Amino acid sequence: MSTNNKTLDPAATTASQEDISAEISSIHEVYRQQLLSGMKAETQPRVDFAPYRSSLLRHPTKNLHHADPETIELYSPAFGQRDVHALESDLTIQHNGEPIGERIVVSGRVLDGDGRPVAGQLVEVWQANAAGRYVHKRDQHPAPIDPNFTGVGRTITGANGEYSFTTIKPAPYPWKNHHNAWRPAHIHFSLFGTDFTQRMITQMYFPGDPLFALDPIYQSITDQDARDRLVATYDQSITSHEWATGYNWDIVLTGSNRTWMEEEEGEH
Amino acid sequence: MAQAPELKLVPTPGQTIGPFYGYALPFAKDNELVNQAHPNSVRLHGVVYDGKGEAIPDALLEIWQADEAGNIVSEQGSLVRDGYTFTGWGRTAVDNVGHYTFTTVNPGATEEGKAPFIMLTVFARGLLNRLFTRIYLPEDTAALANDPLLASLTDAERKTLIATREADGSLRLDIHLQGKEETVFLSYPRES
Ligand SMILES: [Fe+2]
Repeated sequence: MSTNNKTLDPAATTASQEDISAEISSIHEVYRQQLLSGMKAETQPRVDFAPYRSSLLRHPTKNLHHADPETIELYSPAFGQRDVHALESDLTIQHNGEPIGERIVVSGRVLDGDGRPVAGQLVEVWQANAAGRYVHKRDQHPAPIDPNFTGVGRTITGANGEYSFTTIKPAPYPWKNHHNAWRPAHIHFSLFGTDFTQRMITQMYFPGDPLFALDPIYQSITDQDARDRLVATYDQSITSHEWATGYNWDIVLTGSNRTWMEEEEGEH
Repeated sequence: MAQAPELKLVPTPGQTIGPFYGYALPFAKDNELVNQAHPNSVRLHGVVYDGKGEAIPDALLEIWQADEAGNIVSEQGSLVRDGYTFTGWGRTAVDNVGHYTFTTVNPGATEEGKAPFIMLTVFARGLLNRLFTRIYLPEDTAALANDPLLASLTDAERKTLIATREADGSLRLDIHLQGKEETVFLSYPRES
């Protein structure tokens, strides 16, 4: 059964790329003016970002309510070798044959907002294959499925917060946000910190993608410096001789609240 | 509470979970913090709605909670459940009609007199960054009345965070990403 995304997306229109790009530009222009007038730079995507049509009915309209973190919020679930097998970080060896595409290694570190490594924590990734197709029943893009590539990986970070995945470079793929819409190539990342309030899911992009300017998901981050933080760097030191090209991408979570709150309590 | 110290590094931006997580993030028994056969097992369930009141069929939820005695556990094994170890964490994708279910236990108070709650994180296609909220147990009304977060909310807002106890012992809480009954979503210190 094919899924008609227009019924999933009541707000979707037949807008053109020009329409979407114009909407993005005007939101970004307002942001630039606010920056010039001294407003603090934004670091996260807007959840209310109309050029991404599916966000229209799926974002809170009220401001987030400030909470002082308590007990359970200051801790995170524990994952480890019991949860994840070492081979799960290699997405190219999950089947009998070699997947088709450009073999790459993506590695980096998971840090918290204080620059401390997040050690022994779970990192999950998922992605499209070298043709831009996901192994997902709702992906109707008429590009080939690769029988040797699922596109799912997991790992546990090392003592210095380091992680490394061996995979295939994903391709861009079309989607139904507007007419002729294409996502820049990306790998989805899911991350945990030392406090559950640091939980995040994001997307890693590849340097120089010509689709960046056109993509309302990437451009929902209004600040250029913040957008750049989602783009990996080509890294010759990760590249290995006659085997795979390498990319580096470090991820910074929000700040832990446990450490400073405990220290403060100790002073009482 | 004192001022939280400044961050040294700028956090990486979040992005939407997108539509295609279904073959990647769910896993066997992901929503079973305890086995249904556990003598004190409780069903926590509800529906995730959009701003038009329509159920969202492509959201993923995670909960994180203390055990029945109020202890915060640090046990591996969430992804490969053995049916005996309580890890305190669970994940579930909503079904085609936006309904989610976890099998868990009532969390105990983590400190004497505190209102027990379950931490909830919401991801969805169309939602550009994750949302955090709390699911409070309805029973300890004195503790609920003294809870600092609940005290800072209007009656209507408070209702969005307190689960209903159903006749069979289940906990029910619907999530509204937008609209008249919009759930109160939380921010914490040191996010930027
Ligand atoms: Fe994607």
